Amino acid sequence: MAEYKWPDADKRTLIGKRISRTDGPHKVSGHARYNSDLNRPGMLHGRLLCSPHAHAKITSIDTSAAEAMPGVKAVYIIPDPDREIKWAGEEIVAVAAVDEPTARDAIRAIKVVYEVLPHSVLDTDPKAVGSLARPAQAQKVGDPDKGFAEAEVTAEGLYGMPVITHCCLEPHGSVIEWEDDKNLLVHLSTQAVSSIAAAMAPVLEIPAANIRVKQDHIGGGFGSKFGPDRWDFAAAQLSKKAGGKPVKIFLDRDSELMVAGARPSAYAKVKVGAKKDGTITAWQSESWASGGQGGGGSPPMPYIFNIPNQSKQHTAIQTNIGPQRAWRAPNHPQACLITMSALEDLAAAIGMDPLEFFLKNIELTGPRAEIYREEFQIAADLIGWKKNWHQRGDKTAGPIKRGLGLSLHTWGGGGHPSDCDITIQPDGSVELKMGTQDLGTGTRTTVEIVAADTFGLPMGVVKVLIGDNRFPTSGGSGGSTTIAGVSGATRRAALDALDQIFAKAAPALGAKPEDLEAVAGTILVKSNPAKRLTWKQACSKIGQVPITVRGKNPGPGKLGDSGVGGVQMADVSVDIETGVVRVNKIVAVQDCGLVIDIKTAESQVYGALIMGVCSALYEEKIMDAKTGKMLNPNMEFYKLAGIGDIGDLVVHMMTGKGYDERGVIGLGEPPAVSPYAALSNAVANAIGVRVPTLPLTPDRVLAALAKKGGSNARI
Amino acid sequence: MSDEKKPDKQGLSRRGFLKASGISLSVPLVLNYRMVKAAGAEVKVLGPGKAPIQLTINSKPFTAEVEPRVTLLEALRNDLDLTGAKRVCDRATCGACTVIMDGKPVYSCSVLAIEAQGKKITTVEGLMQGERLHPVQQAFVDNDAQQCGYCTPGFVVACKAFLDKNPNPTPEEVKRGLGGNLCRCGTYVGVRAAVLQASRGRKGGQRG
Ligand code: FES
Ligand code: FES
Repeated sequence: MAEYKWPDADKRTLIGKRISRTDGPHKVSGHARYNSDLNRPGMLHGRLLCSPHAHAKITSIDTSAAEAMPGVKAVYIIPDPDREIKWAGEEIVAVAAVDEPTARDAIRAIKVVYEVLPHSVLDTDPKAVGSLARPAQAQKVGDPDKGFAEAEVTAEGLYGMPVITHCCLEPHGSVIEWEDDKNLLVHLSTQAVSSIAAAMAPVLEIPAANIRVKQDHIGGGFGSKFGPDRWDFAAAQLSKKAGGKPVKIFLDRDSELMVAGARPSAYAKVKVGAKKDGTITAWQSESWASGGQGGGGSPPMPYIFNIPNQSKQHTAIQTNIGPQRAWRAPNHPQACLITMSALEDLAAAIGMDPLEFFLKNIELTGPRAEIYREEFQIAADLIGWKKNWHQRGDKTAGPIKRGLGLSLHTWGGGGHPSDCDITIQPDGSVELKMGTQDLGTGTRTTVEIVAADTFGLPMGVVKVLIGDNRFPTSGGSGGSTTIAGVSGATRRAALDALDQIFAKAAPALGAKPEDLEAVAGTILVKSNPAKRLTWKQACSKIGQVPITVRGKNPGPGKLGDSGVGGVQMADVSVDIETGVVRVNKIVAVQDCGLVIDIKTAESQVYGALIMGVCSALYEEKIMDAKTGKMLNPNMEFYKLAGIGDIGDLVVHMMTGKGYDERGVIGLGEPPAVSPYAALSNAVANAIGVRVPTLPLTPDRVLAALAKKGGSNARI
Repeated sequence: MSDEKKPDKQGLSRRGFLKASGISLSVPLVLNYRMVKAAGAEVKVLGPGKAPIQLTINSKPFTAEVEPRVTLLEALRNDLDLTGAKRVCDRATCGACTVIMDGKPVYSCSVLAIEAQGKKITTVEGLMQGERLHPVQQAFVDNDAQQCGYCTPGFVVACKAFLDKNPNPTPEEVKRGLGGNLCRCGTYVGVRAAVLQASRGRKGGQRG
């Protein structure tokens, strides 16, 4: 029986090293086929007719002109029992035609009559929206009155961030075809290859087992691409109507931004109190949030710091915008921004260095306190906190003000259930199969690293097959659960397979199976390394029939864990004449247990920081109160950061003793939590006043400066 | 058009090509164009139906029948199955569709296919030298300048065009010169390092 653990540091040949992603050459050459790239034989192009109104009843739909157009092969009215549109951009009719221009013309030929109803798209003031604001039960922890009575200093402020949209560069969509009456082939851009069939089957009234789902690559998901969407079902129906021909529907950019991405907003009026020595005594928050029809849940506040006395009230606001979807660390960025901004304002009110203030209260963070302390020390060195931090408001002459800010975050990241099959052939070739997906996080690369390291083989020998629901089931890629899930399953499969190879090779080596070891392409006798077979020779002892072994997660042995933390510090410059914020530098210090591939892991953190800069400085789903429409459903006005906007980024991964023993833990989400708070705090430190809500655009910065001397200002 | 010597499978014969471009024959056989008078001159008007076009892509001739409103990007992706260039913003903001046209990087979503005729077009698929990655592509791999990879082909082409013009850029020039490509996953740190690695000066390129 294999012992299910990770190899010791000195035995790791690939794990924890810096390895380039294996599908890199495929991606840089343009050969990687995303599902949106597919041109299936006989494929039709689908387009959607979407509602121009944010709230309306559909009185009638006339598709006759579209149906009569040459080249139009199918028209499908998307079922909606109450025929009520709840957000602008909601899909009403789908059309499939021989090419895109024809499909677009057909959409224009459809006549829909609407009875327009009143809408509401604003979420910045719960008092302004009447019954659309739904307050939840107030919550109390400890004795807030006593806590504030004990406080010698209090700070009050408004903090928040608007709804933003995922803006995946590959839009949502699919190519779907009926192979015959009962079998469906689905190429869908998804974070959950193994779960799509079960979600589609009841609606299409075929067994899930008859639905094949495939995806080689996905062009971004970030939490927004789990289930099949209405347009995917529409593609299946259009295909059926068109005799099974493949139908491709990928959203246009405006739809992508309007309906296929939304992270709930969150706003809060916060009051916090502390003693003069920095000890936090009480928290009070009145928060509200929206993410469409369902409102928005309460972010977990106060974030990380378990303040002894709290009183909290949250209100969900219902709006007529595209429905919310999960976003990298749901609810954490909102909670983090609000909490860390409020605490930083409190530190400023006391006149205390926020780093000192956070460390003073670090025990309130619970069992990870010592790790945060260590991470803060490293981050402070990397950004030069001691040298560069100053009290609120850069007092140097000239319009450019510089400031530092910090934040910390946490996440789970335990592994999801995952199965992995490894087949070893008598010729020594190895195949690994898993119904997982690689979101660009490096999943393909990491499972190969794990298998190859276990077998003592170099990269390039193990053939990795993923992205197909015919492969062993693996969980969706959300909640940072993938890496621990797939690496655990792979390691167990590989160890078991290796055991079988040892058993077959042992007689030829005149040793017992348990005395063997896989090292550098050979199977050798531990006590006498000269006695060895090459990997190929050893595998030839298998006989005619290859070995297939299944590994599972969860499973025996401790290969993973849950619970990570990280801290970030930002250095910004703000032009107080123009209001423009420039990022000089961001430092991220992050732990995530045993890192399988340092290179792709760092990329995750860089990416999280850059995404943070995007939404801290630029992103906002701007809704027009009058028309109920999104005003910026395009990438000129829904801005993302470019290569020159991000400053210098420094990533430090906490690895080695004390971290590696925990096993593998997810990483995709945690570093995406803190950038907003770190940047907002840095801006406050630079200009001496809090810019209450994100994004930190020039108009907001100038408005905050105009109010300088307001409740948050300490200059 | 420079490359019409060998009609390949998708190409037209020389005679077919001449017909298609209406150079020597006055009878528009399969053609869908009219001659109209504009500002005193005879002008060829294509459309609104499909018109045959010939494009020179990666030194090979390609033909297709597209409506005049079809962009070069759509023609590449839908008609010629060259899907390296991606459709993302579809209006000249993100650079995912970047190709090189007559030596200059252009957003292929914002060029009409009919207008790309007679130009030399290089797409990401044309950068590899046989089985070998172009140095810019190799640098992208080495510095992990990609995550999901959807922006990557456009970025690779833009970097190649940038380095053709400025083979030895400073880090500052890289930040300014590649502002026309957007990445949602956040790969800019890798891209910066990749460009420096691929530049003539070979300034290391170690990401970080
Ligand atoms: S798709 Fe052409 S620039 Fe964005
Ligand atoms: S790598 Fe995903 S968009 Fe750039």
